Amino acid sequence: MLEIRFAGFGGQGIIRSGIIVGRAASIYDNKYSTMNQAFGPEARGGACSSQLLISDKKILYPYITRSDYLVAMSQEGYSKFESEVKDDGVLIIDDDLVNTDSTKKVLKIPSTRIAEELGHRIFANVVMLGYVIRVTKAVSLEAMRKAIPESVPERFVDKNLKAFEKGYEYA
Amino acid sequence: MKADPRDVFTGTYYIDGDVAMAYGALAAGCKFLGGYPITPSTEAAEAFARIAPRAGARFIQMEDELGSIASVLGASWAGQKAMTITSGPSYSLMMENISLGAAMEIPFIIINIQRAGPSTGVPTCTGQADVMQSRWGGNGDYEIIALAPDSPQEGFEFAVKAFNLAERYRCPVMLMSDECVGHMTEKVVVPEASKIDIEPRRFYKGPADAYLPYKRDPDLVSPIVKAGDGYGIYITGLSHDEKGHPVLESGNSYDLEHARALNRKSTDQYLVDKIRKNRDKIIEIQEENTEDADVVVVSYGISSRVAYRAVEQARQEGYKVGTLRLITVWPFPEERIRELAGRVKGFVVPEINYGQIVFEVDRCAEGRANVVLVPHGGASVHQPEDIYAAIRQLLESKKRYENVFEFRTILERKVFGGGMLKNRS
Repeated sequence: MLEIRFAGFGGQGIIRSGIIVGRAASIYDNKYSTMNQAFGPEARGGACSSQLLISDKKILYPYITRSDYLVAMSQEGYSKFESEVKDDGVLIIDDDLVNTDSTKKVLKIPSTRIAEELGHRIFANVVMLGYVIRVTKAVSLEAMRKAIPESVPERFVDKNLKAFEKGYEYA
Repeated sequence: MKADPRDVFTGTYYIDGDVAMAYGALAAGCKFLGGYPITPSTEAAEAFARIAPRAGARFIQMEDELGSIASVLGASWAGQKAMTITSGPSYSLMMENISLGAAMEIPFIIINIQRAGPSTGVPTCTGQADVMQSRWGGNGDYEIIALAPDSPQEGFEFAVKAFNLAERYRCPVMLMSDECVGHMTEKVVVPEASKIDIEPRRFYKGPADAYLPYKRDPDLVSPIVKAGDGYGIYITGLSHDEKGHPVLESGNSYDLEHARALNRKSTDQYLVDKIRKNRDKIIEIQEENTEDADVVVVSYGISSRVAYRAVEQARQEGYKVGTLRLITVWPFPEERIRELAGRVKGFVVPEINYGQIVFEVDRCAEGRANVVLVPHGGASVHQPEDIYAAIRQLLESKKRYENVFEFRTILERKVFGGGMLKNRS
């Protein structure tokens, strides 16, 4: 059982990140996965998180107990979920957006900046996903390459795939 | 009868429960959604609106909730399978016409993605506090059927089941889900149309001059006609006889046999008896490890998946704990709870409210087993530790509880070493 928490603001693609990896796992890697989301009443900008479980067995209890990875794209998301991460778990942060004082292992990638270099910060979550997948090996690269085009608007498929590769290379 | 291939979007999806329920409704042959979209059910209405044209179905966004449910009743009388999708305060607003639908014996379903709290509550977060409203919400006596899925896959399957039951018994059927299942994303397999069983509408086929809209078949349900098909029908919310004409004698009989003996003309008795007398065919529960259980956890919807975590831990530690999941929350499996009450120490009932189904369990336990509520005010799910602590408390208790509230979450969690869930394998 792999337990991953994505946290950030509404509009950053936090829930979408969970969906893409979950889809890759359950449709293309033939594993079980459950994605749950939490968001506020705001359309954008409110605190937002998704929890993703990936397992070889059927998932009965569908929530995180202690997370293996926390992917934080906002300071608030980091503060709220840092304690949930296992002692030997890993934090993955966008280091332009998050300051950390955690004693746990921290990995950093300026995903928003990389996305801006690619043309738009909207791709930051997919850059982050490239990094996350290489580090966590949560799903196969092939599965991600199939899941991304299914999960984004058709005209942005190429840009998203490029953003994913950038993050993957960065790792 | 099997589903129409045009209605079934066969495939393997990674979608949330809301969307899965929309696919399920379409697969069941639903051709009309009259709705006033509301969080956290909006995704279901959106998905239906997006896909429906390909199945020849329609979505009308009505002016309000009263219009929504009224349009559903009308669409169903026009011969189409129809539903609305709702939540929280919108559901409350529909009660008057749910009662009307029950009285007129119109088949329809309501997908209710429960949110937290009374009134506006917590729109984006979960609750299970519409259980009693689902059964008793409208005025007067009638029975409904309510189903509680615990996963998006079941969201799909139970939407089909809900329509089948509505057609079979000509009554409102509540697909009583919750925000957690509605917004939970998992793999959903939509099978081929040939694998989906559909209950066709039971149309009247006899001569027009012999038709009586509320004359019963032996199973207490009457065949139906379409408005506009040339049959003389009279439909009213007033208590009525077999012809549908108003009668002023409702409530004089205590059951169907008595009503028949008294030659009562009112058909009101059938609104409850067609469900109660067919309950063995309707009730569905899922039991695990109840044969030798000392404690049985009774739960439904998302709470059954949360309870699983607590039960798993208790069983690993050697405690004899079984689970009983309500698939049909209404009608309630009274007989089964009575049977179990004779041989278990007690029942633990976690639900995301301050006590609803627990009172049904307690009533059926008849003082022979302790019943403990693990309450939750909503907006999130239980801590599995709390359910675990309640199981332990029940097992170690020597006294007979005076009421279902004898579990104090924080206190008992400390006593029984809660907050120490083992890592998962």
